[in-house]
Amino acid sequence: MTDAAPYDAWGRATLALSLLAVDPQGLRGLWLRARSGPVRDRFVGLLDALPLPRRKIHPGITDDQLFGGVDLSATLSTGHLVRARGLLAEPAALVLAMAERCPAGLAVRLGQTLDARTHCLVALDEGAEPDETLPPALAERLAFFVALDDVPLSASDFATIDHDLIEAARARLPSVTLTPDQAEELALVAAQCGIASLRAPLLAMAAAKASAALFGRISVYSSDLERAAALVYSHKALINNDFTPQPEEPPPPPEQTPDDQPGDTDTPGELTLPEEILLEAVRASLPPDVLARLAAGRAARAKSGASGTGAARKGNRRGRPLPSRPGKLDGTSKIDLVATLRAAAPWQPLRRAASPRGHLVHIRPEDIRVKRYEETSDRLLVFTVDASGSAAMARLGEAKGAIELLLAEAYARRDHVALIAFRGEGAELLLPPTRSLVQTKRRLAGLPGGGGTPLAHGLQAAMELAHQARARGMTPTLALLTDGRANIALDGTANRERAADDATRLARALRATGTPAVVIDTATRPQEALRALAGALDAPYIALPRADAHRLSTAVSAALAD
Amino acid sequence: MRQPFPFSAIVGQDEMKQAMILTAIDPGIGGVLVFGDRGTGKSTAVRALAALLPEITQVEGCPVNSANPENCPEWAEIGSKRIVKRPTPVIDLPLGVTEDRVVGALDIERALTRGEKAFEPGLLARANRGYLYIDEVNLLEDHIVDLLLDVAQSGENVVEREGLSIRHPARFVLVGSGNPEEGELRPQLLDRFGLSVEVASPRDIPQRVEVIRRRDAYESDHDAFMKRWRAQDTKLRKRILAARDGIRALDTPEATLIDCAELCVALGSDGLRGELTLLRAARALAAFGGDTQVTRSHLRRIAPSALRHRLRRDPLDEAGSTTRVARTVDELFGPTALAAE
Repeated sequence: MTDAAPYDAWGRATLALSLLAVDPQGLRGLWLRARSGPVRDRFVGLLDALPLPRRKIHPGITDDQLFGGVDLSATLSTGHLVRARGLLAEPAALVLAMAERCPAGLAVRLGQTLDARTHCLVALDEGAEPDETLPPALAERLAFFVALDDVPLSASDFATIDHDLIEAARARLPSVTLTPDQAEELALVAAQCGIASLRAPLLAMAAAKASAALFGRISVYSSDLERAAALVYSHKALINNDFTPQPEEPPPPPEQTPDDQPGDTDTPGELTLPEEILLEAVRASLPPDVLARLAAGRAARAKSGASGTGAARKGNRRGRPLPSRPGKLDGTSKIDLVATLRAAAPWQPLRRAASPRGHLVHIRPEDIRVKRYEETSDRLLVFTVDASGSAAMARLGEAKGAIELLLAEAYARRDHVALIAFRGEGAELLLPPTRSLVQTKRRLAGLPGGGGTPLAHGLQAAMELAHQARARGMTPTLALLTDGRANIALDGTANRERAADDATRLARALRATGTPAVVIDTATRPQEALRALAGALDAPYIALPRADAHRLSTAVSAALAD
Repeated sequence: MRQPFPFSAIVGQDEMKQAMILTAIDPGIGGVLVFGDRGTGKSTAVRALAALLPEITQVEGCPVNSANPENCPEWAEIGSKRIVKRPTPVIDLPLGVTEDRVVGALDIERALTRGEKAFEPGLLARANRGYLYIDEVNLLEDHIVDLLLDVAQSGENVVEREGLSIRHPARFVLVGSGNPEEGELRPQLLDRFGLSVEVASPRDIPQRVEVIRRRDAYESDHDAFMKRWRAQDTKLRKRILAARDGIRALDTPEATLIDCAELCVALGSDGLRGELTLLRAARALAAFGGDTQVTRSHLRRIAPSALRHRLRRDPLDEAGSTTRVARTVDELFGPTALAAE
């Protein structure tokens, strides 16, 4: 390969792989986005160039397999402690299949392994939907990104990597030097691309050195810098920048971002030519949709409430049994006794004949079947009801009727309900999440009306309840019934403007938590302000149809239908 | 194994470094939580701290690092009375760790080969008198978190399993790091950390360049780089040791105690842990600075770290808890210019 050759997608892919082969531990790895097909197969075939043994892993891999553990059956049969070695015990090139399904916990563990500089990782990402992408903990650590989806098969015809060349480059790598100026240049360009993490420039430096070694030099040229910046920065650009995805428009080119970064604004004066060239190189190799995908992935995670410890859906009391699977009794799973016996049954005559001791039933570890359940999270309907004077005057009675109808429906679907009322100077949780219909009706009937309209307090109480419910594994949904004339601000003062302002801000905060909602207007005439609030909540707006609770119930059910 | 990156060579991140130094001066402050962006040197700082800390003396071979032979647990069957010096233990708690590994369990090998019931100590035993580091603490399994909370609280690990009944001291400084985008931490665990620090990537270009330059020097010219920073690390270590002595002679005026209490009440932090940590951290800070008295200026400097994770969630305050603490401090103690005293 020549120094100045322009690279198409396939050329870039093989170049990235060659560089990775030169310095696998320093460059951490490669993120390959491609659907399964002949082009990908050819690329995966080239992974032989990596100077490490290859180990294939999958997103469902257990910690025992990764880190090793006590091999209980071997220990028991041999009589001394036998530890099974994990895949991470020795330096290896890990190939993660279906990387888009990699859970956050695994991503972090792999990331820590990569940081120890013993392994390198090739993540095969088959993501089809925009929100299917590599977890950020991995995406950030891997030096290269390669997209092969649009590469025609013919482009990959000359698919070879010269192993001798790589070998020679690897020998040369320790003596390759990079000047401080060049390091500075790479750091500057990373900042201009809006890359906050400091891992990126370090990876780029390693890539530049590997590139110099690959092309038979011991000092880094500007062509190496260019190559490194293009390969390392393109997919990392904007990952850490706050920008909202706009599905219809193409993602904003990275050169616009330095504007909204403090600290970058004062640098253009220092800009010298090479950096602009580098920046250009990054921009040219920016895959067209990768930024949109990353952003969509981020948005999706935000919407699902990024569940870490505590917020996980684990408190479910319901679950549909699924067919049992072969598995290990690691303390987290339950054995399916019948299925285990059934799996062991055909082998009994053979095992009995082979065994010196005449056990009645021979069960071996591979017979173990574990139970599985499909969990669906319970829904919680949070009624947030305006019981202020103005609402009472208007149509509190009708609203109550509507709620009763909704309750009946919630009961039929085994949803949980909670009731929050706001009036006077605050909100009150009248009924914590329950399934008791009778109790809810009683509380509702006893709900008095009167006082100001502290809409913001009501929303705040609903938000807190939603947060708690989510931590307990429920999916909260909010139904807000009000006449929209908020007149008590959060600090308790009677100030219409501030009250409306507080309510809008809370509505936005609620929307950010990803809680679905519906807003029901109980005023005599539809309120414009309330329609705007529904917009801030990203919720459907329904004006309570006059004296027709049935129609309301139908409307709400339609609006909340999953 | 290669030496970790020198603590003094870490660019910026002053609050994180300060918090870690304070726990080294007074382990009773109770741990540091570092939350922030990826690639900001969270792990690097913890590894560096391990190398920086002064050595401890312990009975040779003692599994819980006891300082003298009387404190060695019986089950360990330590015959030796020799006292040896060793680096302060900094134990990693990996995410995929099992309960057995954390608390210790029946020694299977001895049970099977010799038929003896013996205890194999876990990570908590090894971390005694040292540090327990959890990277990505927000992704740790819930049951492990509960277990750690219990032990961190009581300073003692009680094992009742597989017919064993064992207890041993487990006093350690918990250091957790994580990225808030990947999940939040339960308030119960948050509260157990004495100090909490928020880190962000430096936005300042020269600073970023300096980080890259030092890291590159560390990797490419390791020995020379370590040598260059050794003197500074030694100086820092001496200061920490001096502060450990100085903390006893420190004077805490009544007015400072009242300030502590007022600040915590104004911020509405739950319980009294806030006051206690604030005071201890302020004392350590004063000792580190060589002062003889704990004053408002110490409280002011340490208040964000000591209190920001103890505030009640306020969905409307977009400013974040750091600003809320700073605002309250200014309201109570007057603006910064006046507080210079």
